[in-house]
Amino acid sequence: MRLQYPSNIKIILIPCTGKVDVLYILRAFEKGADGVYVVGCLEGDCFFNNGNFRARKRVEQAQKILDAIGVGGERAQMYNLSSSEAPRFVQIAIEMDEKIRALGPNPIKAAKQKAA
Amino acid sequence: MIVADKKPIEEIIEEVKNNEKILILGCNECVTVCEAGGKKEVGVLASALRMYFLNQSKEVKIDEITLERQCDHEYLEEIRDVMDQYDAVVSIACGVGVQFMAEKYHSTPIYPGVDTCFLGVTEERGLWTERCQACGHCILASTGGICPIARCAKRVLNGPCGGSAKGKCEIDKEIDCAWQLIIDRLEALDRLDEYEALCPLKDWSTDRAGGPRKVVREDVQQ
Ligand code: SF4
Ligand code: SF4
Repeated sequence: MRLQYPSNIKIILIPCTGKVDVLYILRAFEKGADGVYVVGCLEGDCFFNNGNFRARKRVEQAQKILDAIGVGGERAQMYNLSSSEAPRFVQIAIEMDEKIRALGPNPIKAAKQKAA
Repeated sequence: MIVADKKPIEEIIEEVKNNEKILILGCNECVTVCEAGGKKEVGVLASALRMYFLNQSKEVKIDEITLERQCDHEYLEEIRDVMDQYDAVVSIACGVGVQFMAEKYHSTPIYPGVDTCFLGVTEERGLWTERCQACGHCILASTGGICPIARCAKRVLNGPCGGSAKGKCEIDKEIDCAWQLIIDRLEALDRLDEYEALCPLKDWSTDRAGGPRKVVREDVQQ
């Protein structure tokens, strides 16, 4: 199945979403990402049992921090799907793309350009 | 270990909002274990502050250093050469580290980045509980190894009080009655007869009642 998803989405592969740290998410925003979403296996289906639950908690932590510093927590999201759900993957990508477009660019990116 | 909890980022922003060169200083010991003030937390706080200030269109330099400890001279000396680069430090060590930093670097404001809570244990990841209040004269020998000072809400030394019900404390049904724990343990040790012995009045002068405390050990002094 070769489906198209928004081309502005950069995929970073990790062995398990349990590897995602709050710091990774924050650094992505610091570097100018407009949004970050973590796509993990379905809840209960993690090969390492709870990697995707950990990831969700870390996304939530990042959301709190992003809210507190005025970047906006809704720019970070967590989704769960199985690896056989390509159409759902595309649907999430479109959903996220639309969500972030509605929010506008990451304010940090603009601030950085201004400072440079 | 000393258990601390992270301060809300908003509170830390309020502490340092007027500074321009800030060092975030972590500690590799207790606060690393309780995931409040180690290298990783330094990274998260620094990243968050950098973004906050950028977003406010303020140019603020934020650096990250994590020391082995902040409660010993030798480690605090490691940053002497760079301290003149900063107009404020957020120390995310315990309150001991924050104060020792402030004593050593007298003209630089040192702000606390964590709330120091108690002396305790890691029961499981993400759950730390209190065990000792550093009373200065340990009585665990006669209480089956369970501390009624740290673990009984009323610090009752000949307990339990009348509020103990079904092994729980009257202040909170989630909290074990320390005296129930003591009795259970003495029973397990087959030393329940010791429970009958009255605990004498405790000399609280070694606790905080005697003011700030010190330990002097001439045998190890140089
Ligand atoms: S500064 Fe505090 S947290 Fe760090 S090692 Fe010393 S006592 Fe533990
Ligand atoms: S008796 Fe004092 S020193 Fe011993 S555990 Fe309790 S508070 Fe700590």
